[in-house]
This record gives sequence, C-alpha cells and structure tokens, in this order.
Amino acid sequence: MDNRSLVSIDDYTKEEILDVLAKAAEFEKNPNSNILEGKVVSSLFFEPSTRTRLSFETAISRMGGKIVGFTDASSSSTTKGETLNDTIKMVSNYSDLIVMRHPIEGSARWASEVSDVPVINAGDGANQHPTQTMLDLYSIQKTQGTLENLNIFMVGDLKYGRTVHSLLMALSHFNPTFHFIAPKELEIPRAYKIFMDKNNIKYHEHTEFNEIINDADILYMTRVQRERFADPLEYEKVKNVYILKNDMLKDTRDNLRILHPLPRVNEIAVDVDANPKAYYFEQALNGVYARQAIIAKALDL
Amino acid sequence: MTTKKELQVRAIKNGTVIDHIPAELLFKVINILELDSCSTSVTIGNNYKSGMLGKKGIIKISEKFFEADVINKISLIAPNAKLNIIRDYQVVEKRVVEAPKKVEGIVKCMNPKCITNVEDVYTKFKVMSPSPITLKCHYCEKITDHKNIRIK
Repeated sequence: MDNRSLVSIDDYTKEEILDVLAKAAEFEKNPNSNILEGKVVSSLFFEPSTRTRLSFETAISRMGGKIVGFTDASSSSTTKGETLNDTIKMVSNYSDLIVMRHPIEGSARWASEVSDVPVINAGDGANQHPTQTMLDLYSIQKTQGTLENLNIFMVGDLKYGRTVHSLLMALSHFNPTFHFIAPKELEIPRAYKIFMDKNNIKYHEHTEFNEIINDADILYMTRVQRERFADPLEYEKVKNVYILKNDMLKDTRDNLRILHPLPRVNEIAVDVDANPKAYYFEQALNGVYARQAIIAKALDL
Repeated sequence: MTTKKELQVRAIKNGTVIDHIPAELLFKVINILELDSCSTSVTIGNNYKSGMLGKKGIIKISEKFFEADVINKISLIAPNAKLNIIRDYQVVEKRVVEAPKKVEGIVKCMNPKCITNVEDVYTKFKVMSPSPITLKCHYCEKITDHKNIRIK
C-alpha cells in the first residue's frame, strides 16, 4: 500500500490540508510547469465524469505530465470480467500515479491497498470525493482570507450529499458555525450531529430558506432531487423552496460567496450569476489548482 | 422442581466452556471459532432449557484456552455468552465475552454497493460502539449495526 494516497479527506491532517492549500495558491500563480515531466498518470474513470476528469487532465497537462487511461468502464477490461484488483495491479506497473473514479463504494480504499503507486480518489460511489472538498476549502480560504471561525450555511440535500458531508468533516478542524437549511426528509444525518456534538461544533438546523442567510460567510448550495423522496408529494411541496434568487442576496454580507459543487440545475436562479457574490464557476476553476497541489503532494514534488 | 442441578453436558478436566449461546446461533459460533479443525475433544449440546435465553447451546472444548481477541469474536452475535475456564475439573475463572476493537474477515458489510460484496476482499470493520454493536466498514465507511450483522 502506498501511504501517499488520498482516498478520504480524513487521510489528511489539519496541517496537511493547510499545506496543500498553500501549494494550490502557488499553482494558481504559476499553473504551467514541468514538475511532472517524465511522469505518467493514469486516469481511470470507470464511470463518466466530464468536469472532474477534465479538471484532473488539465492539472496534469499543465504540469508537463502524460496521461493514460479510460473514460468509461465499457472501454476497459472490466467488460471481460477483470477484477479491480487485477486492473489496478497492472496499471500501477505502467504509471507513477493513479486517479480513479469508480461507482462502487470502498473501491478507492481497496485500490490504494493493492497499488504500488499512490491512488487519488476522484469519487467512489456515494462515499468520498476528497479532491472536491479540497477545492471547496481552497475557494473558502481564498474568498474569506481564512478558514477559521466562519458561518457556513449549507442548503439542499444534506442527507445524501457526499460533498456536504466531506466539507463538514474538513471544516471541523477550523471552529466553524454551521447552519443547515433543508427539508425534513433531507436533514443532516444523525451520525454527523453526533460527530459535531462530540467535537463541540456549533450548528443550527432550519427548514426555511430566508433572510437567515444574511449572517452567512459561505452559502453552499446543493440540489434537491426528486429521486431522494419516498413520497413524491413531499417533493412537490419543497421543490421550489430551496432555490436561491438574486433578490435574496440584497442584505447579505459583502464577503458572502455562493458555492455549488455543480452541475447546477434550478437551485440557483440564473439571475444570481451576474451577482459578484456568485462564485461557483471560479470554484470549478480552483479545482485545477487544488488538484495540481494534491498530485504534487502525492508524488513528493 | 428438582433442586439437584443435573449436568447436561459431560464435565471436562481442563479447557474452556462457552455457555449461554442462543440455540439458533450455536453452529455460527462453532464456525467463528473454527472448531471443525480443533484437534482436542469438543462436546456440543444444543436446545437446552435456559432461564435467560429460553433455549441455549453449550460448547466444552478440552485442553484449549482461547486468546481474548479470538474468543471475543463471538460477541458479535452472542454478546451475552459466558466463559468458564476449567482446570482439574474446577471452574477457576468466569468471564464474559467483550466486543473487540476491530473485526476482520468474519462479518459481511451490509452495503450491497461495497467493494467487499463485489470482489473477493477481506472485510475489515472498526467497532464504533460495543453495545449495541456498531461496525464501520474500512472500505465503504458505512455502518453495519447489530440488527444487520451477518457472518460470512
């Protein structure tokens, strides 16, 4: 097993998080370099993902590295019945680093144990997506000047949203105050409330999405999906409640930034895009710098 | 009602007695402890009346004394099992089983989308809470609770 893998945000200590964020800022100033010259990175996407994959491939290309891999399980020998174990063993012989997205939970942890080279988890089923968390943290730190003592508002699907859970865990190092805004069906799971209670982290839960956001430093929006509701009538009641519109932002703080892991459907109205507080597209660009920093750390560069 | 206590399973000279096993779990306990490959004599009784359990099983293993981390595996399904350590026909020590800190290879992850259920991967769990037993999968990070514990 290679200990330089990144499978879950918990694999990084607080110091490591801050170190990677500092590296990401350096990469933002100088995104083009040769530090990956002579290195081959395999990009194994067993399920399609345009944004994450292109973000990684851009990150690697701008550092002078070469990419091999596949973008869909149907173009790999998985179709012949090859196990993940065998695929990873083979690929770790060909490359210096593996970036992997796979639909099965735990696949990234298993791959990191089987591989002789570091594995970066680009998403394993509904489990972890640590590079998204790092780019979310980078975006927060960049726009707020710090990660400490912030009012973090999270809206939408707090029950199934893996980016919400992961960001919550990462921010817990930095003395946050959380406000959770969600329908009852999608409230933050009990396991996380227990975690926050144990770590003396302040949090508040709301079902209304209104002027309470005037206190927010960060507003993290996520989509409320029909499929997540056992009762379709419940979905109909709430589907228009958790939508952010531009007029809701008039009394918010100047430093407020609106984040969204994307893709955005209707939960952020298009009239928000022109508001200077809308940050979700820059957030996606930050993904390149954050991933460059994560790759550099994984290869000790 | 007789006051004389009848020994339903023959006494052993030296070894370990595992008592108060729920009757329906007896054979699972035998599997967990791999008693099918035990070389000393093993005496098994099942479906005996028990005030505590209704029906219980008892296993007496001669000349065998288990390490705590081995015997504690049975706490996953029989948390109230009682151990008697026998030397020279006397009970020299009584113990209860305790929940281990981690569990490897025995329990199935209850998440059907976990890699351990899709490929041949040895399961590993961290024990989050001993009672009621709650296990967190090392791979998919989901919780398997005591209601859903299935022995592989």
